[in-house]
Amino acid sequence: MSDYNFAYLDEQTKRMIRRAILKGLAIPGYQVPFASREMPMPYGWGTGGVQVSAAVMTPQDRFKVIDQGADDTTNAVSIRTFFERTAGVATTTKTSEASVIQTRHRIPEEPLSEGQILVYQVPIPEPLRFLEPRESETRKMHSLAEYGLMHVKLYEDISRHGHIATSYDYPVKVEGRYVMDPSPIPKFDNPKLGDMAAIQLFGAGREQRIYALPPYTQVVSLDFEDHPFEASKPDHPCAMCGAENSYLDEVITDDAGRRMFVCSDTDFCEARQVAGHTGTMNGKDAA
Amino acid sequence: MTPLLSVQGITKFYGQHIGCKDVGFDLYPGEVMGIVGESGSGKSTLLNCMAGHLTSDAGAVVFDTRTDGPRDTVTMSEPERRMLSRTDWAFVHQHARDGLRMGVSAGGNVGERLMAVGERHYGDIRAKATDWLGRVEIDATRVDDRPTTFSGGMQQRLQIARNLVTGPRLVFMDEPTGGLDVSVQARLLDLLRGLVRDMGLSAIIVTHDLAVVRLLADRLMVMKDGHVVEAGLTDQVLDDPQHAYSQLLVSSVLQV
Ligand SMILES: Nc1ncnc2c1ncn2[C@@H]1O[C@H](COP(=O)(O)OP(=O)(O)OP(=O)(O)O)[C@@H](O)[C@H]1O
Ligand SMILES: [Mg+2]
Repeated sequence: MSDYNFAYLDEQTKRMIRRAILKGLAIPGYQVPFASREMPMPYGWGTGGVQVSAAVMTPQDRFKVIDQGADDTTNAVSIRTFFERTAGVATTTKTSEASVIQTRHRIPEEPLSEGQILVYQVPIPEPLRFLEPRESETRKMHSLAEYGLMHVKLYEDISRHGHIATSYDYPVKVEGRYVMDPSPIPKFDNPKLGDMAAIQLFGAGREQRIYALPPYTQVVSLDFEDHPFEASKPDHPCAMCGAENSYLDEVITDDAGRRMFVCSDTDFCEARQVAGHTGTMNGKDAA
Repeated sequence: MTPLLSVQGITKFYGQHIGCKDVGFDLYPGEVMGIVGESGSGKSTLLNCMAGHLTSDAGAVVFDTRTDGPRDTVTMSEPERRMLSRTDWAFVHQHARDGLRMGVSAGGNVGERLMAVGERHYGDIRAKATDWLGRVEIDATRVDDRPTTFSGGMQQRLQIARNLVTGPRLVFMDEPTGGLDVSVQARLLDLLRGLVRDMGLSAIIVTHDLAVVRLLADRLMVMKDGHVVEAGLTDQVLDDPQHAYSQLLVSSVLQV
C-alpha cells in the first residue's frame, strides 16, 4: 500500500485535476480538458471518474461506488477496493453515510445533501458528437451557444419513434448556457441533476474532459413544446420494496422467462425493506 | 437604392499564388449575379471569401442587414457572421453531401435551420419541412428518409430546401448543377429560376456552364487568373463579349 501516493495519483497530477475541477465548477457544464493519466484499469472502467475521485479524496472521506445502481458489481467492487488499498479510506454502501460517491449510470434515489460529492464516470462527454464529428466545430458551437443541432437529434427521435426515445444520455442545458451530456444515466434521473445540494463532478478518462455542476445549479432537459420532457420509468412498483417512484430494473426470475421489476438502487431498496416496506414478490408479503 | 451586398477590393492569396485579386461589385435586391471563368480562375475563392468561409487578405463585403443597415461582414464578430449565415444568407454547395447532414432525415435536414434560430414546436417544424420538400418537388412521403437514399438531383433539391426554409435574402451557389445529368440539370435550373422569382431572392451563382447564367443571371462577371476581366448584363456579355478571353469563352461554348 505504501508503494503508492495517497489515492494512487501523485500530488502534481491531483493538483492539475483539481484545477480542472475548479474551472469546471466556475463554468457549470463547460468541458474542461485535462491530461488524463494511465490508470491501472482499462478505459471504460471509469478511469475518468477514478481520477476525479482520487483528486478530491481526503483520508477522512467515506467512499461509495455505484454501478448501475448496485454496489456489488465487479466494476463497483474493484473501484472500491482500489481506493481501500491506495487511500485506506473507509467505504460504505449507504448513500447517506458517504461523503464521496462515484457512480456509473445512476443518481441515488435518496436525495444528497450539502457536503457530499457525486462523481460520474463519463464515456463520451460531447453531447453534439452524434451529429457533428468535428471537434473544432463542436467547440465553436459551445463557445457561441449554437445548439440547434441538439434539437435535430431530438427531432430525429420523434420522427422515427413518434416520441423522444432517447432514454439515457439525455441532453440538458445548464444555467441557460452550456448544453451538457449527463453521462448515461436514465432520463428518469435527469430532474435530480438540477438544484442538487451536492457537488456533481463528471470525469471522462479516454476523452480527457472534466465538467461540473456546483450545488443548486439550474439544469433543464431539452425538449419540444409539443413533446415535453418526461422522466419516464417502467410503470410498476418495485416488487421487493413496493416503491412507486424509484427507477426499476427488469429482472428475469426463472427459466420460464418470468420477470419482475425491482429498484435499481439496491441501497435504497434494502433500506426500505428494513423499514418494513414490501412489494408483491417479497417473501414476507407472500407468507 | 442601397445595394444588398457591396463587394469591395476582395483579394485572397494562397501563399504567393493569387486566388482572386481586387474584385468589387454591387448586388441590388432581387438581382442574380453570375460568375463564370475556367477552372482555377478564382470563382470559388471569391465566393467563399464573400460568404465568410475564407478570410480574405483585403477588401470589404458590406451587407445591408435587417436591423443595422450596411455592415462589413469581414470585420463583424464571428457570432454575428454565423448568425447571418443561418438566417439571411444561404450557401448551396456543388456537392450536396457537403451541404447536407447525410445521417439525418430529409425533414431533419430542412428543419435544422429553423431549430437553429429557436423554433421549438416539433409539429410546426415538421409541417414547414414537409411544405418545403413539396416546393422542391420531393414527395412528402420521403420526409423521414435519409438523403443517402436520394438521387443526386433530389439531394441537390433537398440542399436548396434546407437553405431556403428560413427565407434568406441572399443565396451563394457554387456550381449548383455541376455533376448532375443534363436532364436533371434542366429541371433543377427551372426550379431555381422559379424560387428566385417567387421569393425575390438575390443570388450569386458560380458556374462554368454558360447555359446556367443565361437562364438565371441578370448580370455576369468573367474571371481569369483571379481577376475580373469583364462584367455587364448577361445578354450583353454573352452576345457581344468585349474582352478577348470572354470571346474565347463564349465561342468555345458555341462550338459544342
Ligand atoms: N486551398 C488552396 N490552397 C492553395 N491554392 C488554392 C487553394 N484553393 C484554390 N487554390 C488556387 O487558387 C486558384 C483559384 O482556385 P478556385 O478554386 O477559386 O478556382 P475556381 O474558379 O473555383 O475553379 P473550378 O472551376 O475548378 O472550381 C487556383 O489556381 C487554385 O489552384
Ligand atoms: Mg470552384
